[in-house]
Amino acid sequence: MEHKDLSLKLKVWRQKNSKDNGHFESYDVKGISTEMSFLEMFDVLNERLINEGQDPIAFDHDCREGICGMCSMYINGRPHGPWHGTTTCQLHMRAFKDGDTIVVEPWRAGAFPVIKDLTVDRTALDRIIQSGGYISVNTGNAQDANAIPIPKHNADKSFAAATCIGCGACVAACKNSSAMLFLSAKVAQFAYLPQGQAERETRVIDMVDQMDKEGFGSCTNTGACEAECPKEISISNIAALNKEYTLAKLKAEN
Amino acid sequence: MAINSKIPAGAIESKWEDYKSHVKLVNPANKRSIEIIVIGTGLAGASAAATLGELGYKVKAFCFQDSPRRAHSIAAQGGINAAKNYQNDGDSTYRLFYDTVKGGDYRSREANVYRLAEVSANIIDQCVAQGVPFAREYGGMLSNRSFGGVQVQRTFYAAGQTGQQLLLGAYSALERQVALGTVKMYSRHEMLEIVKIDGKARGIIARNLITGELERHFGHAVLLCSGGYGNVFFLSTNAMGSNVTAAWKAHKQGAFFANPCYTQIHPTCIPVSGDHQSKLTLMSESLRNDGRIWVPKKQNDNRKPNEIPQDERDYYLERRYPAFGNLVPRDVASRAAKERCDAGYGVGSSKQAVYLDYASAIERYGKIEANKHGIEDASHDEIVRLGKEVVKEKYGNLFDMYEKITGENPYNVPMRIYPAVHYTMGGLWVDYELMTSVPGLYALGEANFSDHGANRLGASALMQGLADGYFVIPYTIGNYLADEIRTKAIPTDHQAFVDAENSVKNRLHTLINIKGTKSVDHFHKALGKIMWDKCGMARNAEGLQSAIQEIRALREEFWKDVRIPGALDEFNPELEKAGRVADFLELGELMCNDALNRNESCGGHFREESQTEEGEALRRDEEFSYVAAWEFKDGKSWELHKEHLTFESVKLAQRSYK
Ligand SMILES: Cc1cc2nc3c(=O)[nH]c(=O)nc-3n(C[C@H](O)[C@H](O)[C@H](O)COP(=O)(O)OP(=O)(O)OC[C@H]3O[C@@H](n4cnc5c(N)ncnc54)[C@H](O)[C@@H]3O)c2cc1C
Ligand code: SF4
Ligand code: FES
Repeated sequence: MEHKDLSLKLKVWRQKNSKDNGHFESYDVKGISTEMSFLEMFDVLNERLINEGQDPIAFDHDCREGICGMCSMYINGRPHGPWHGTTTCQLHMRAFKDGDTIVVEPWRAGAFPVIKDLTVDRTALDRIIQSGGYISVNTGNAQDANAIPIPKHNADKSFAAATCIGCGACVAACKNSSAMLFLSAKVAQFAYLPQGQAERETRVIDMVDQMDKEGFGSCTNTGACEAECPKEISISNIAALNKEYTLAKLKAEN
Repeated sequence: MAINSKIPAGAIESKWEDYKSHVKLVNPANKRSIEIIVIGTGLAGASAAATLGELGYKVKAFCFQDSPRRAHSIAAQGGINAAKNYQNDGDSTYRLFYDTVKGGDYRSREANVYRLAEVSANIIDQCVAQGVPFAREYGGMLSNRSFGGVQVQRTFYAAGQTGQQLLLGAYSALERQVALGTVKMYSRHEMLEIVKIDGKARGIIARNLITGELERHFGHAVLLCSGGYGNVFFLSTNAMGSNVTAAWKAHKQGAFFANPCYTQIHPTCIPVSGDHQSKLTLMSESLRNDGRIWVPKKQNDNRKPNEIPQDERDYYLERRYPAFGNLVPRDVASRAAKERCDAGYGVGSSKQAVYLDYASAIERYGKIEANKHGIEDASHDEIVRLGKEVVKEKYGNLFDMYEKITGENPYNVPMRIYPAVHYTMGGLWVDYELMTSVPGLYALGEANFSDHGANRLGASALMQGLADGYFVIPYTIGNYLADEIRTKAIPTDHQAFVDAENSVKNRLHTLINIKGTKSVDHFHKALGKIMWDKCGMARNAEGLQSAIQEIRALREEFWKDVRIPGALDEFNPELEKAGRVADFLELGELMCNDALNRNESCGGHFREESQTEEGEALRRDEEFSYVAAWEFKDGKSWELHKEHLTFESVKLAQRSYK
């Protein structure tokens, strides 16, 4: 691939800790190859800041392959930046032009307090899973894996929902900071499988309750989550979840 | 200290059954007062923590990421092996065992590998019960694919995201136990020391990565499930945070480190594109199922790949290894790629790459689809279109990833690939019960050395991690804890905890006060270069000796001149990195020592001095049929202990894939 070098202006959110108010800081960066990933550009900038005796920018990342869900930058007003279906770590500098200004912020949501700079606390998502995002089966209880045939169609749909990486971009994209897309993906994964049926009703009720407790907003169907989800989790899962929830509630009341 | 691998007596097929029937048990009431610390929440750690919690133990689990779900296991792509024989193609426990021992170039422990093969089928059952959405056929049955080094189809998969799905299954089980109160989860915590009391592992010192506080945690036993150390090379397919620190602290507290030089260099990764490179991306081995690997027959051929006619291409794996073709094991495929590139046949701008080509697979699948749909005389374009759809369904996410990184569309032009560091077979020495040489300290998953010998077969790490966590440790740990039921929780104001915390504190103070001039990454990159050049795909005595000197000098410079910004009592990723690189700088030296000591070639370890006339790895069984277990001595050197390997069920043979 041919590559070019870019000069860019970065405006990055700096916040010392959860108590600090935070502010934007500007940085000029030069010699950024279009072959670099977005995070590699931050590596270059951080190396420079360290050499200049300044505090480098803290950001979350680990796999850099778009699968662990750790990276989480809000780039020019969009979680994970301009490329559709792509995490921050997989975004490459080819997406930008020489001279561009790029504004980078952390996920912003009441349920995701900032830890430092671009790093936020997403443990609320773990607690939603704790409230019911599993099938209750102890190790050793299982029967032969082929004992229950699962139609390919259902298995595929279950898989598609299960590819959620738990990054929280859907929350960051939503003006209500709702975690519905995340939650619905987990509910859908199990709803398509025979193994998921036993706890189907309690699961959805408990998980929605937990989401409310964590301070995520409610879903008003704006669709921003689906548009920004790096794994292209379908918003139809939310519609299905709403149905599941209503039915489960009705059953629980009867 | 002598080595005792505690392999049960009896025939290989009955060792594990016998062991399980006679192992000591801990009754449920006693389990409730026994505490277990689990470091790591990858496949090994999450499955162990969840299962031990289910059994009623009090578990504390730690990971350095913000959520246990993000452990490096999440990135595994291609699949997980199991001897289910669902394809009726002749698979069996024995065959999986045999393939693994052979694939590991006869440098693994038979009894462990047999047990691994035995429990492999249970893993698939367990995962399906948890709701792991493996790929299925239209009839609703589970689908399998082939992986390298074997001739049966025993690999279960979920598109190119098998690790993700398996880990989410284990993570869900873990979170269920967190909700039930049997497991307490500490994310964004890094274990920085093992606490030993009367020779036994009794706890850890961990740093809360958000506040920087040091914490003391007691446990009747400690499980290290902290993953592999491939990042000693700086560039690898591992996640950025993968590190050796937990295992290294254990090593310095007396746990032997086994076969540190056994490194797996994976043949199919996206090549390095420049100095900015922070990591390398794997293109799953499953791609070798359908893709064909080639280079031009002419040296320095600068034509575009699609302009090179068939008869001017060298499908070198098919040529050299007709029986296995593109599916030879990883070590063989990697060396063959290096050989071609070193000889001047490499492609791309760096010439350090070979082609992985999907054109013929697309055509083959396209024709099958056309037949299926009864399309007669399908045009070439039609066939290609249909074929691309099939390939997309099988490997879509990998192809997308390739395109995002390189900007090239692999459906139309062959991918460029090159070998990269991927996995470490070496690790903490453990006995049959997965206990290290420190009583009460265990190692599971990639962190231990036990099952893969000198080369791991594809789709076997996920199997091993889950085998260790779900089906081995829950039994073997009882054998130790049964004698600990009278041990009360030791208060963490015990002098051993105080001392351990002080030593961690001092080290962190020293690091941050160096206030030198060079970043942590500077040193990490320099170390990586030494390791790659001299302890990488090919090694020789001279290179290894000079690597040892260079690493020592670099380590000295690090402790004089590293610059770590920020403070100790805050969120400080540079400080975390510094601690890890400091440990890599010691590990690197041990790896070179081990590679130097092992003057034979086996699996991923290729000593140039020991090769056949055709350039294949030449083992020297008489001298080297042992596990090299290194003991850290007197705070500065190592003593070698040999665990001799005996092969009763598999006949030692020179590996051949021809
Ligand atoms: C890109 C890629 C693809 C792969 N694909 C396959 C495949 O298809 N099939 C296959 O079988 N294998 C595959 N592998 C190998 C396999 O994924 C790993 O070997 C395996 O997942 C390791 O699991 P683990 O549980 O041992 O460790 P990891 O998943 O690495 O987990 C380590 C855990 O330890 C924690 N930890 C580490 N140090 C500390 C510390 N000091 N304090 C606290 N916590 C700590 C981490 O937070 C993490 O939770 C692949 C590997 C890579 C890199
Ligand atoms: S639904 Fe999409 S955006 Fe939301 S957490 Fe999952 S992957 Fe991220
Ligand atoms: S760093 Fe793992 S998804 Fe981006």
